[in-house]
Amino acid sequence: AIQKISTSVPQFTNSPTLIVMVGLPARGKTYISKKLTRYLNWIGVPTKVFNLGQYRREAVQAYKTFEFFLPDNEEAMKIRKACAITALKDIHHYFTQEQGQVAVFDATNTTRDRRADILCFAKESGYKVFFVESICDDPDIIEANIMEVKLSSPDYQDCDKEEALVDFLKRIECYKMSYVPLDDEMDRNLSYIKIFNVGFRYLVNRVQDHIQSRIVYYLMNIHVTPRSIYLCRHGESELNLLGRIGGDSGLSPRGNKFACTLAGFIQSQCIRNLKVWTSHMKRTIQTAEALGVAYEQWKALNEIDAGVCEELTYEEIQEHYPEEFALRDQDKYRYRYPKGESYEDLVHRLEPVIMELERQENVLVVCHQAVMRCLLAYFLDKSAEELPYLKCPLHTVLKLTPVAYGCKVESVFLNVEAVNTHRDRPVNVDVSRDPQDALLTVPEHI
Amino acid sequence: AIFGCSTLKQVCMTNCPTLIVTVGLPARGKTYISKKLTRYLNWIGVPTKEFNVGQYRRDCVKIYKSFEFFRPDNEEGLKIRKQCASAALNDVQQYLGEEGGQVAVFDATNTTRERRETIVRFAEQNGYKVFFVESVCEDPDVIAENIVQVKLGSPDYTDCNTDEAIEDFMKRIKCYENSYQTLDEDLDRELSFIKIIDVGRRYLVNRVLDHIQSRIVYYLMNIHITPRSIYLCRHGESDLNVKGRIGGDSGLSLRGKEFARYLAKFIQDQNIKDLKVWTSQMKRTIQTAEALSVPYEQWKALNEIDAGVCEEMMYEEIQENYPLEFALRDQDKYRYRYPKGESYEDLVQRLEPVIMELERQENVLVICHQAVMRCLLAYFLDKSADELPYLKCPLHTVLKLTPVAYGCKVESISLNVDAVNTHRDKPENVNIHRSSEDALQTVPPHL
Repeated sequence: AIQKISTSVPQFTNSPTLIVMVGLPARGKTYISKKLTRYLNWIGVPTKVFNLGQYRREAVQAYKTFEFFLPDNEEAMKIRKACAITALKDIHHYFTQEQGQVAVFDATNTTRDRRADILCFAKESGYKVFFVESICDDPDIIEANIMEVKLSSPDYQDCDKEEALVDFLKRIECYKMSYVPLDDEMDRNLSYIKIFNVGFRYLVNRVQDHIQSRIVYYLMNIHVTPRSIYLCRHGESELNLLGRIGGDSGLSPRGNKFACTLAGFIQSQCIRNLKVWTSHMKRTIQTAEALGVAYEQWKALNEIDAGVCEELTYEEIQEHYPEEFALRDQDKYRYRYPKGESYEDLVHRLEPVIMELERQENVLVVCHQAVMRCLLAYFLDKSAEELPYLKCPLHTVLKLTPVAYGCKVESVFLNVEAVNTHRDRPVNVDVSRDPQDALLTVPEHI
Repeated sequence: AIFGCSTLKQVCMTNCPTLIVTVGLPARGKTYISKKLTRYLNWIGVPTKEFNVGQYRRDCVKIYKSFEFFRPDNEEGLKIRKQCASAALNDVQQYLGEEGGQVAVFDATNTTRERRETIVRFAEQNGYKVFFVESVCEDPDVIAENIVQVKLGSPDYTDCNTDEAIEDFMKRIKCYENSYQTLDEDLDRELSFIKIIDVGRRYLVNRVLDHIQSRIVYYLMNIHITPRSIYLCRHGESDLNVKGRIGGDSGLSLRGKEFARYLAKFIQDQNIKDLKVWTSQMKRTIQTAEALSVPYEQWKALNEIDAGVCEEMMYEEIQENYPLEFALRDQDKYRYRYPKGESYEDLVQRLEPVIMELERQENVLVICHQAVMRCLLAYFLDKSADELPYLKCPLHTVLKLTPVAYGCKVESISLNVDAVNTHRDKPENVNIHRSSEDALQTVPPHL
């Protein structure tokens, strides 16, 4: 095979891990589940969320009222328990038949009995269990949660907002009576993290292994303070104009114009405490210089290293390395340029950037095509297959704003013309294809 | 500037300086944590220094007599101890101010709320962020082991026999117990702290304020004290080594292959429990590991330093083609970045996840490369950025590192297979106008 090892890091997982959420409704369990899953998949750990509410909605076609959740509603209890069992079965299938490594069981799991059942299930199959409990008693946060994600839930599509809020609060009361949080003494042998008031305080107990340590680190770095992340590439560069990849050239005249326009755009956005990050390469630095504000340089944001293909045009790559060129088209995510990097390597080196982006608030990241694709894939939950083909044109700013369980994207083209540097996957990726087929999708250049 | 962007820090870790304050009864690992954390922060490029109040006390009270010095009703003793704390804080101020330090670790018991309030006020006055690190442990075995490992050898007990020393120290701990006010979830909710319970079984983390505190928490949550050893070695001698060429991705020479076989035998003889073996993704380390016939894991992060335009050149060729670069490298080998390549400083950055995982693991053998091994060694042996690029890491030699007391015991084992020397010392003349002769003076012989 062309590359013996494609991953940058050892995978560090032996037995699958079952992450079990714990907490009253509207405590951010689903938010955390989805975000964590997105992060783990991005760093290469196959992860999937199993949301019990989803199973319940499929079992009980029409939600009527909070009364479904009353602790003495035996009919409902039966259904809810059956749903839990189905979810666990699906988790088992995910681990055994679908090569999953981490499953996130997103449900309230507020009673000791329920948690004991799950532990039993995991023990039988040799899965490690890690609990993530979210505890929150701030009524403002709870109400904000409800407004953001509950009122638009399928459960409430035919209700008016006031009614929905009242019903949901009653639903929470149903759980409160029987809620037993993870206990310092009784649960001292379990592995868990307790998150208090959206990250004010954490209690971490018995972290067992690498993946749990990474999960804890991630959870301790995320926050819910509203903010926006701006992603863009450097202005058009001299090498861009020539259709050459990589290198460390400066901006073209149009690239310089973009930088000035970017400065105007940023100013007009009136962003509070904006941090600006660039790579160590001339073209991002020159772009940031035009902004007239302080910026920080990250080597980790440097463009993908194309190794022996640095500064070549695609035509030259086809001429000198036709086989490499084809192999790259076959698996653009894992393909590593000789003496260079793969997208997979890029993701690995960008992980500290992502971690710091999570910690920060408003940030503008001025970077490069492959780098931007990796960052975008993280925020928009794109797969390894889609990632290397994400469209990140020059002179276009993407504004990402977290909302509900995902990210709102606004794309702003700053009206300064630039070459197109996006090369689609050609139809023919065979190593014995002719040059014409290989170069079919190469964008125009000088 | 010559280097342009290469000297800039990757991300601003701290705006204002950070004062880390340990909290805990004696023999709870405060100094162990202080020293280890300081070593880690310095290695990743954050200037850090520890200030151990016990040290100040020993400088002040020349001869330690007995635990009675620490009795809560010993007014004379209290006065001196308070003065020592003040002197230490003065030095902290100097370090974080004039000396350009970024983090100071104030290592003392700090067991009363009152003492901690004084420190918080001091920090506020000076514009420092405060982060408390409390170690709580009631396991008598752990405490006894601490005392044996680090207290018995303390200057306080040089003239005592073991039993006397232990007895005295236990009474010393008692002196603090009555007035100990542990950090409290409610009373201290405005403070930033991590409480480490039972050597890492459980952690309580409150109000992490910024990046550096987040990194500190992550680090503290990954270290352990389970006895183990870390084995570091380079790949066997490679074909390019023999030719005196740097970098590249060549296979092992005949002698290199012999080393691999000797290494296999050595590892077997050591009878190491659950040994993990790590290599880079370059042929020469992989071929070396293959000879061990055990599973091994490949890290791209362990790849040798990228020499950019100088890859696969001999030093003579570098001097011929890039004499200016060659001299600049000799002027500041740690920060110098090869054109289209990396610096040692970059290497440390990319090795940080390796170090973090090494901390989590137990027995590990890392088969790597000269520059990489220098970086890892510098971390374990607390070597400065100036010393790091000149650490001696010869081929065919295994270094066995075993944590002991506050540091690391190093055993160097040469596996008796000859190899070229690849170590180039810093030449005397590092001037950019130096002659070729001066530049090449310290180049080791090769084919």
